[in-house]
Amino acid sequence: MSRSSSNNILDRPLGRVGGRSTDTTFVSLSAFAYIYSELVQYHQSRAASVSELERRLESAGYGVGLKVLEMTAYRTKEMKREIRLMSILHFVSSSVWKSLFGRSADSLERSIDHADEYMIIDYEPIASTFVSVPTDLGQLSADAYVSGIIAGVLDGAGFAARVTAHNVKLEEGERQGGGSGSGGGAGGNAVPGIPPRKNKAVFLVKFSPEVLSRDAALER
Amino acid sequence: MGFLHLFIVNKSGGLILHRSLSSAAPQIGTNEWLRIGSTFHSLHAIAAEASPVKLPNNKNSNGAQDGIEQIEGGGVILKCLQTRTGIKFVITAEPGTSDLDTVLREIYVLYSDCALKDPFYELEMPIRCELFTNSVDSLMKRVVAGEVMMR
Repeated sequence: MSRSSSNNILDRPLGRVGGRSTDTTFVSLSAFAYIYSELVQYHQSRAASVSELERRLESAGYGVGLKVLEMTAYRTKEMKREIRLMSILHFVSSSVWKSLFGRSADSLERSIDHADEYMIIDYEPIASTFVSVPTDLGQLSADAYVSGIIAGVLDGAGFAARVTAHNVKLEEGERQGGGSGSGGGAGGNAVPGIPPRKNKAVFLVKFSPEVLSRDAALER
Repeated sequence: MGFLHLFIVNKSGGLILHRSLSSAAPQIGTNEWLRIGSTFHSLHAIAAEASPVKLPNNKNSNGAQDGIEQIEGGGVILKCLQTRTGIKFVITAEPGTSDLDTVLREIYVLYSDCALKDPFYELEMPIRCELFTNSVDSLMKRVVAGEVMMR
């Protein structure tokens, strides 16, 4: 990271710089991967089970989410407070995703079975770029940290929700079909030399009942 | 012409990965592999001591300790890339195979990407990262298809 004058994040103004809506300061993926790896190892040594490790990673991301909400909400164009369920989800999957990962999430879907569940799907989740989960850890998702961030953003905006991350196997030809994946690497993996991913990250957002009833009341 | 085996030895002589790179490679049992790994480690150390000509500061161009860099035999060539931290990447191939150095360097890159950045990999321990083995396989496919160029 450069320490020179205006590149420093602390020296830059809080608002948009030069009229651009996205933040243009990038952190190296390696730097992130190393520090995230240490974070996972720290929590792994203190967690007794896979679910506790996930919960610990989520709570590590929660605080980030609260802070990201403040900054992103201020930097977006209208600076308005989202009060509807769909618009806050949109805000998360586009604005928040852009400020964190430099691109929008690949898709936002509503669960068919449960009305209170939504899914944010990312084909190239950054947190698990270099992670291979060993078999004895079962279905641990290395993106639990990101789900914590989402939970923090939603909670901070007044939409209490339980967010969990899941690794889902890609179906045959799924990736090529949808052209929604913008930015990132052109096809395959974002990192050269590493084969394309077989899994996608699904962030399952389950809103609490009072949030849903409030949204239903606004509907009328 | 063709690659045979890849093995990686850690700085204390323990074998941390062995993998055949083509179907032409002879089958070698795990115990034999462990023996090959530590034998190579010892020979490497002896070669460094026995060498009549010392490189400047006993360091090769990679900045690693000197030792065996290549062994050529009638039916096999062996190339070794030792890193500054003492990990040795060793590849064997049939005589006449080109790009061994490039492949070793690419594998070193994959190791530092897929193993060292994996939170579940412990240093000096056997590499069991799915991502690393998949990446090595796809690298070998690209080498065979001629997509990896000499740099």
